[in-house]
Amino acid sequence: MAILSKEEAQAILKKVLSFSKAESCEISLNGSDGGNIRYARNAVSTAGQISVMDLAVSSTFGKKTGTATINEFDDASLQKVVKRSEELAMLAPENPEFMPLLGPQDFQESPTYNENTAAMTPDTRAEMVGKSLQVSKAANLEAAGFLENATRFDSVMNSKGLFAYNKRTNVSFSVTVRNQAGTGSGYIEQQFNDLAKMDTLALSKIAASKANGSAGAKAIEPGKYTVILEPLAASDMLGNMFRGFDARSADEGRSFMSKKGGGTRLGEQLFSENVNIYSDPMNPEVPSATWTDDGLKVKRTQWVEKGVVKNLAYSRYWAGQKGVEPVPFNRSIVMEGGTQSLEDLIKSTEKGILVTRFWYIRSVDPQTLLLTGLTRDGTFYIENGEIKFPVKNFRFNESPVIMLNNVEALGKPVRTGSGMIPPMKIRDFTFTSLSDAV
Amino acid sequence: MKRKDFLYLSGMGMGALLLPDLSAFGNPIDPLQALEGVDVKIKKELADVALNAAKSKGASYADIRIGRYLNQFVATREKRVQGVANTESYGIGVRVLANGCWGFAATNKVTKEDVAKAAEQAVAVAKANAKIQGEPVQLAPQKGFGEVSWKTPIEINAFEVPVKEKVDLLLNVNDIAMQNGASFVNSVIFAVNEQKYFASTDGSYIDQDVHRIYPSFNVTRIDRESGKFQTRSALSSPMGMGYEYMNARPEDKVQGVVTRYKGRYDMLEDAKSAALNASEKVKAKSVEPGKYDLVLDPSHLWLTIHESVGHPTELDRVLGYEANYAGTSFLTLDKWKSKKFKFGSDKVNVIADKTQVGSLGAVGYDDEGVKCKKWDIIKDGILVNYQAIRDQAHIIGLTESQGCCYSQGWDDVQFQRMPNISLQAGKEKLSVDDMIKNVEKGIYIIGNGSFSIDQQRYNFQFGGQTFYEIKNGKIVGMLNDVAYQSNTQEFWNSCSAICDQSDYRLGGSFNDGKGQPSQSSAVSHGSATTRFNGVNVINTARKI
Repeated sequence: MAILSKEEAQAILKKVLSFSKAESCEISLNGSDGGNIRYARNAVSTAGQISVMDLAVSSTFGKKTGTATINEFDDASLQKVVKRSEELAMLAPENPEFMPLLGPQDFQESPTYNENTAAMTPDTRAEMVGKSLQVSKAANLEAAGFLENATRFDSVMNSKGLFAYNKRTNVSFSVTVRNQAGTGSGYIEQQFNDLAKMDTLALSKIAASKANGSAGAKAIEPGKYTVILEPLAASDMLGNMFRGFDARSADEGRSFMSKKGGGTRLGEQLFSENVNIYSDPMNPEVPSATWTDDGLKVKRTQWVEKGVVKNLAYSRYWAGQKGVEPVPFNRSIVMEGGTQSLEDLIKSTEKGILVTRFWYIRSVDPQTLLLTGLTRDGTFYIENGEIKFPVKNFRFNESPVIMLNNVEALGKPVRTGSGMIPPMKIRDFTFTSLSDAV
Repeated sequence: MKRKDFLYLSGMGMGALLLPDLSAFGNPIDPLQALEGVDVKIKKELADVALNAAKSKGASYADIRIGRYLNQFVATREKRVQGVANTESYGIGVRVLANGCWGFAATNKVTKEDVAKAAEQAVAVAKANAKIQGEPVQLAPQKGFGEVSWKTPIEINAFEVPVKEKVDLLLNVNDIAMQNGASFVNSVIFAVNEQKYFASTDGSYIDQDVHRIYPSFNVTRIDRESGKFQTRSALSSPMGMGYEYMNARPEDKVQGVVTRYKGRYDMLEDAKSAALNASEKVKAKSVEPGKYDLVLDPSHLWLTIHESVGHPTELDRVLGYEANYAGTSFLTLDKWKSKKFKFGSDKVNVIADKTQVGSLGAVGYDDEGVKCKKWDIIKDGILVNYQAIRDQAHIIGLTESQGCCYSQGWDDVQFQRMPNISLQAGKEKLSVDDMIKNVEKGIYIIGNGSFSIDQQRYNFQFGGQTFYEIKNGKIVGMLNDVAYQSNTQEFWNSCSAICDQSDYRLGGSFNDGKGQPSQSSAVSHGSATTRFNGVNVINTARKI
């Protein structure tokens, strides 16, 4: 039984804490229970069922900390892990960045757990994958996909009286559908906390229609184009940027958030005025835990407002150095948009390229956040508000910072990964070469 | 090492890494406690329990991997130790074939009862999926080897070297970098020991003790006035070696525009070069885009080989098993069947080799009990073979597997992974200096940098660590903002010269990702310095 209730977790953590002799002690207990099916060539390739639970103890004397973990839960093992962490602490070098533990906090409970998702079995998964295979087989297409579900609990307790618990479920599904000739390919991915929102049949139909629609792509010259990025494509680009909202690397002068001459670009107009980004762990569409491992409260945080950088993430240590409040980062990112659908964005486009997703994005220059990567699984030419024909995939070299300065329009945000991202229309997006890949 | 662990340490996380966070890596242990593997007798008993349980529930084939995976991480920045951790992960994974379909289950409870339960679960998973299965799995026959063992030939077990020695080395590395103009420096040593036991219903009981090591650093130089910064990372390579890799001998040093290493590594010397290089990079001239002849050092070329030769010749990609994640391959079966698909110029000879001493991929047997071997992939420029495992061998007309099966841990299912894939050195005597002498307009690239390639491995773009402009046979200075873009087949057909065996060196990936759920594997790629003619170079400078 890898999933403990709040009370069960609390009882184990209290017991472990009672064995501690350190000046301060921090314990985390987490477990997960889940399974997956992987399929390709219209048949299951691998599948598994995995269950794990771990306990970690960090003991500190002065600024010397030792950490030990264990996955056995009898009293002797619990005593052993505490003792081992204390011994390691004695041997460890001083950590000048050690922060004293936080006391009790009042954490909100986030709607991260869903009973139906937790109840999934190997048969549920087989049935869901069966629906996806039904679509590809019926259309004489070939599917490769992955379905995974997990229930997870996380809990922490420390010697200053802090306790936090979160239980969450997740089900994720992705499928690539290709035509038999290998000339067309479509893709979709989705994840939810709630199983009821996951429709593998409908999603597979979208991927299948892209597989057929993208066949026979024409080559057009690389260069600067207006692009309509589907939320998945937009999210691929932005994920790299969000990781750069870190105050320390900005202060140290080694990030795109660093200012010439020193300092950060906090407060600067870095993006178009229509760019607004926040994160909120209580957002019912993209819920996440309301606390961090070191006991910080995670609250709604505005990162960008009307294109101006409003917040950078500060660890407790760095916040102390800079005399500001710590700001934890959070994965429940929401980029606000408008009410338009993807179709509306296409309709309003005279000439442009529709991008389903990007692939193999890598940083080229961290200074400007220049990224390179390729389009994949459905790239189309738009003229006079209509999709005219599929085009061959492109390599791009583009910075998301430049991209968010060239925003023409934003559509309605949808869940993409762990965030909510709108489809977007961007002008002057830089494609640098063609790829033969389908 | 699992990719998430590595990314955590080596990515942004490393800058913010504190000791308490290290719990994410598994069980910190007293290193000496786990150096001697679990008694083979106990493992054999557990294995038999699992295999019998699987068979009694209807499995036609079963294997079990009992694994203990030890990692050690020592991470520092400037004058500070950020983290020291010894981690251990111990458990079992059972894989079965039932009703023609694979099933897998894993548990960290290593008792006879729990091992049997996992075997039964694996059969249940296989049977549930058999209902939606198409063709049954065809497994290439494999003879049992009985009770055998294999060990990486190491001289010094990295886990036996005191942590203090490693911390002192890294702090010295940082000190030297800072003294030579670095603004920041992160340095790290990773050591891995996989103690893995494999048993199958074919009658194999294989005990292996695998070691790997990876020292690395990244130096940053900041110019506050201009707001510019440049980095230069280590020219080390992850190796299938012990701590002896850290003790470079004179014969391990390759002199030139910057010292490079083969066989063993001098981290202190490279830290000084890196700091000087980073300062030089801040002032270097921005490249003029256009066609250049590229002279690629093995410290750079390994990654191009990995991405453009290693991945497209993975048979699972060719067949479509990776279509939903890493992608497929342009090297389709018809190209191989034609026996005349010109992958590269006549000079291009690439081999797969799971037996190469010191390489990351070297083991005695793969993770489905197949003895490791060596074979041709590209012969005189022609595609002649792929990389396959037992359930794929029949597809390319083989009667036995090529031994490419690997799993990153006991709790992940094994599947096809890349063996060491290496470009063979030139047959005629040729030094780097002589190669450069004949280049009129070129760029000499050292170290791997940014990399990106499409899902069928046609179009790629690579950066590097340092770039030197070659004009009329001479190196005239350093360049910045360089990346080259090409098409795999075009690129390898533009290969015009390869230095001889005396320049051959290994590079490698410590964490190559593939599969869903994603798994990491370590693989080496050898080459000598190689020339490619007329490759498209772009300028990557932008303003934000």
